[in-house]
This record gives sequence, structure tokens and C-alpha cells, in this order.
Amino acid sequence: MSSVSLRERPGFVWAAPAAVFFALFGLVPIAVVVYLSGTSWNGLGTPQWVGTENWSALLDDSDFLPSLRTTALLTVGTWLVQTPLALLLGVWSAGAQRFRAVLSTVFFLPLLLSTAAIALVFVSLLDPNFGLAASWGKYLGAPDGNFLGDPSRALPTVIFVLAWQFVPFHTLLYQAATRQIPASLYEAAQLDGANTVRQFFAITLPQLRNTIVASSVMMLVGSVTYFESVLLLTNGGPGNATKVLPLHMYQEGFVAFDMGYASVLAVLLVIIGTVLSVVVVRTTGYHRMASDREGL
Amino acid sequence: MWALQDAGLTPVVKASVDRYNKDSDNKATLSTYINDAYKQKIQVAMGSPNAPDVFFNWGGGNLAQFVQADQVEPLDDTLAKKPEVRDAFLANVMDTAKIDGKQYGLPMTGTQPVIFFYNKAVFTAAGVQPPKTYPEFLKLVDTFKSKKVTPIALPGSQGWTELMYAEYFLDRIGGPEKFAAIAKSGGAAWQDPAVVKALQMCQDLAKMGAFGTNFASINYDNAGASKLLATGKAAMFLMGTWEYPNQLTNNPAFAKKDLGWFPFPTVPGGVGEPGNLVGNPSNYFSVASGSKNKDAAIDYLTTTVASDAYIDDLIKSGAVPATKGADAKLAGKPNAEFNTDVYKMVSTAPAFAQSWDQAVSPDVAKRLLSNLQKLFLQQMTAQAFADDMAQAQ
Repeated sequence: MSSVSLRERPGFVWAAPAAVFFALFGLVPIAVVVYLSGTSWNGLGTPQWVGTENWSALLDDSDFLPSLRTTALLTVGTWLVQTPLALLLGVWSAGAQRFRAVLSTVFFLPLLLSTAAIALVFVSLLDPNFGLAASWGKYLGAPDGNFLGDPSRALPTVIFVLAWQFVPFHTLLYQAATRQIPASLYEAAQLDGANTVRQFFAITLPQLRNTIVASSVMMLVGSVTYFESVLLLTNGGPGNATKVLPLHMYQEGFVAFDMGYASVLAVLLVIIGTVLSVVVVRTTGYHRMASDREGL
Repeated sequence: MWALQDAGLTPVVKASVDRYNKDSDNKATLSTYINDAYKQKIQVAMGSPNAPDVFFNWGGGNLAQFVQADQVEPLDDTLAKKPEVRDAFLANVMDTAKIDGKQYGLPMTGTQPVIFFYNKAVFTAAGVQPPKTYPEFLKLVDTFKSKKVTPIALPGSQGWTELMYAEYFLDRIGGPEKFAAIAKSGGAAWQDPAVVKALQMCQDLAKMGAFGTNFASINYDNAGASKLLATGKAAMFLMGTWEYPNQLTNNPAFAKKDLGWFPFPTVPGGVGEPGNLVGNPSNYFSVASGSKNKDAAIDYLTTTVASDAYIDDLIKSGAVPATKGADAKLAGKPNAEFNTDVYKMVSTAPAFAQSWDQAVSPDVAKRLLSNLQKLFLQQMTAQAFADDMAQAQ
């Protein structure tokens, strides 16, 4: 093989460092978890092989289907709340005026805080007697400030806190993408007499299509792994009203010390996350990487 | 040695290690961890070559699983040679580290029973006294409700705070044998009528509004419940004795003037002794059977935790030691009134049951705490609770 052809077609060698790291930190752990899902192990001593016992235990687990449902609700809720907010904020903050720059900075502040810090702050804010929940609850339909402790309000509250945390990130994506849209498109639209709303739907939204898909994939796949926030806000409670699948996995593994069964849930999470992202990418045409310079 | 990181306790243990190292050829080192991280770390380390020689544990089911895996050294032979060490501790506290009749640990912290705290100012304003019996207690609940005071603060976002009611009700109704049977074998022991009745009483108490409407939003860790009591928004609070130093730190004015305490009321018709306690008899130091320094580890343990210097340090840190005759040492020290009261309760208690979530294995404890939340939220009946636990354990 000559050096010229090597330069023209960078082969496997060039991908080796990344491939090694991916194998070491991505594939090997997954393989170990698949192995553990066939064992009985409480963390003490050596795992005992039990075959498919943990998998059939899924059927007897009264928490499994509810936590799957909660995860689905959280995923859909997260997408429905965050996407319109992030899109509008991102487009708006892509403008050039100075006050927008200042406000944008303020919007992005939550992005700088750690998940744990945000969750703990909200636990205090939502204290029904001494937090903001005590005084604001009555305007939000909860005069006794009972947000995280009410089985029907807990999940929406978690979705709200997650939105507060992650909307800035997606806003940033939309802001960057909006700034990439050529000004000439808007100039032409203005000449044709299109108003701002019409411009938004006819130009901005179609031009942002790929960003919407990218942001949605991150939200959907991300929401399958939301864990710290739920752990610190409600620990899955009250009852199991906010028990999402990752939290269920954590509790089985590191609270109940049933590592085998927790591994079953972990494998399921890998499958769900992969399927979800493949489906989104396939159904949106994102995989074709169609040009976002349509009409130019 | 591994132990928990604790502002009060760590200096006491540290000092004991320093004393031991000065007089011995063996040099012990102490590592401390925070609570949840420690639970995970010790679980994985035990049985591995990295296990500590001496390790902190909670006794009960937590210790039992290590014993079943043959990871813990029994101390009976040593204690037979040093009876003064064994006899230094209160018997009902030693029992928690006894597995199948063998002693696997020695108490190394203060004793922490669960008792009722109350706000004296709120009681005076309502013209009432601390209750002796459960009917009196229920009457108080009605009185405070009519005065728009939450009768009892309950940080119900955490199941272990609700567990305390189930523990006391079962002890008062059926005596300590009922839970002892559960801890031993589970199964049908959960479906005992006394258990169902105790759970039912928890649910009834929640249903009548004794904890207010938003208890499931209240958190113990951010002091939400303690503040309710201190500000007089709630009249009573059932909690472990660690609540006392908590109040002293966070609400000193209230703690010095208006903080009162009384034992859990008696339940008429129940067979449990009125003096029985539940809570944390103590935490324990045990020796790992795989330790390469086993003799030194046992030597450290038996020369330290019952020694005068260690006990004095414990008292100085504000704890109530689980040793016989500690009341004499408590007198004249800060908080003597509270501490001698606690000591009196513990030393005269016919039985001192360990918190259920620590007495059973971790998977059962997890199920138990999650079911308790459902019970208090009226999402699960007492019978369904008992049936579910019987199936789980």
C-alpha cells in the first residue's frame, strides 16, 4: 500500500484510537452488564449464574410497567414543554439588539449550574411551608404548596424543573442555527410583503428542521437517562409517582443490592435509548443529511 | 478501619485511633465516608482483598448479610476472656449486633431512640399537656387541628420518617416479638393481625389530618420538618434523638426555651410494654474475618470502645453512650437534662427494637419504605401492604 492511497483513503488505523476508547468504555461495560443480567449478585462475593431468572422476574415486578409508563410520560412531557420554548427563545435571542444579549446571558445561567445543585435548590423552593411553594402555591392551584408530595402534581413539577435546567441548552442550539439562516431570504420575503409571523413559518422553521431533529434526539434519548434530578427531587415518590426506569434500576442495584435484576433494567434502557434515536433519525430524514440551504 | 463521616463522631473515633497507635506496634488508619456512599462501598469491598479490618455497620439485617457471607468475625471468645468489655454495655443495645446468638459487633456511637418532641409554647397556648395514652394523643390531634396548628410534623417525602409510626404501633399492640418474627423469617409474619392493625393505625392517623395535607412534600434533610416544630406551625414531631442537637444548632432559641420531649404513648389493649423503645440502639464496629490483622483489629476493638477515654469523648460530642452507669457521667455536662432522660429511657427499656429498615435486608427495606409512602397517601390498604411484604420477603 502506497502512502498516497493511505492519504486519500484514511483507513481503519485512523479510527483506531476512538474505536479503542469506545470499545473500552462503551462496549465492554455493556457486555459485562449483559452478563450480570444472567446472574444473582448482591455485590458481596462472586456472581452466581442463574440464566434467565432475572428476565422472567420482570413479569412479577409491580414497579416495572409503571416506571416504564412514567419514563414515557416524562419523555413526551419534556419534549412538548421544552421544544416550543427553546425554539421561540432561540429565534428571538438570535436578534442583534443589545438588550437581547443581556437577557440571553441571563437565560443561559441555568446551564452553568450542576444538576445536583439545581435539584437541591428546587427541593428547598418547593418546601410547602417555608419555600416559594408556600406563597405561590395558591396561584398554581395548590394552596397548601403540595407539589412534590402530590402524586398527580409531582411528575409535572419534575418536568418543569428539567425544563428550567435544559431549555437554555436547546435555546443555544436554536440561536446558533437561526443566525446561520442567510439574511437574503428574509429580505426577499419582506419585498414580497410577508409579515414576521409568516416569515417565521415560511423561512425560519423550515431552515431549522435539522436543528429541531438534533435537539429532539438529544431530548428524547436524554430523558431516558434523567436520573439525578428525579433522585434528588422526589426519589421516585410520592409512592412511585415519579419512579422512572433509570431510578428504578438504581434502586434495585444500589439500594436493594440486586445487581442481577438491575442489570436487566440497564440492558432494557440501552435498547430503548438506541431504538428511540434510530426511529427519530430514520423518520425525520435526518440520516440523509439533506441540505439546510434549501432554495439557495 | 472504615467509619462514617460525622461531625460529632469522627473526632471521637480519630482520637481513639491516635491513642491506640501511640501504645501499639500496629498502626491503624481511619477512612471515613458519607452515609449512602459508604453503604455501596462496604457492600462491594467486603469479601474482596480490599476489605477494611474494622468496619462500621448498623447491626441487624445489614450486619446479618455479611455474617451469612462469612465475612465477619464472631467476638464471643474474646468477650468470654474479657467479660468487663461485654458487661460494660447495656444488654438491649448489644442484642442488635447479635446474629444467631453470636456477638458480631460492639456499640461505638451514642444510643438514639425515637421519641416525641413537642413545642411547649404551642402546648401552653392550647392549654394541654403531653399525652400518656393514645386516646389522649388523638384528642390532642383534634385540639391542634381546631387551632389551625398542624398536630404532627412529618417529613413524608422520606419513607423512614413514616416507618417510626409503624414501629411504635406494632410494638405497643403486639410487643417486640411480632417484629422479631418478621426480621427472622418474613413471609406470613407480615400478615399477623397485629401488623395489619398497626399499619391501619398509621393510615388512619394520616387520614384524619394529623400530619396536615402536604406532608409528602416535606423533607427532613433540608430541615423542613424541624422548622415546622420550631416555628410553632406544628405541635409535635416523632424523631430520633439526633433531632435534639439539630434543633440546638439550627434553632437555638427555641431549643433552649420551648423544646420538650415525651415517650411514645401507651396503646390501651396492646400487649407491648409501655417503656419499649424503637430506633437506633447504636451503630457498631465489627471485625472482618478475612482481615490480615485480625488479632490487632480485635485488640483495638476491645480496648477502645468501652474505655473511659472513648466514653468521655462520646459524651463531650453530645452523645448518650450505651454503657452501664453512663448517667453518672452525664450529670453536670451540657444538655444533661435531655441526655439523662434519654439514658433513663434506654437503660430501663424492656426492649429496644432496631429500625425496621436496618433490621431487614436491603431489598426488603426498599420495598417497605416505598409501600409506607403509599400507605400514608391512602394509595394502598394495610392488608395489601402486609400481603405484598409477605410475598417479597
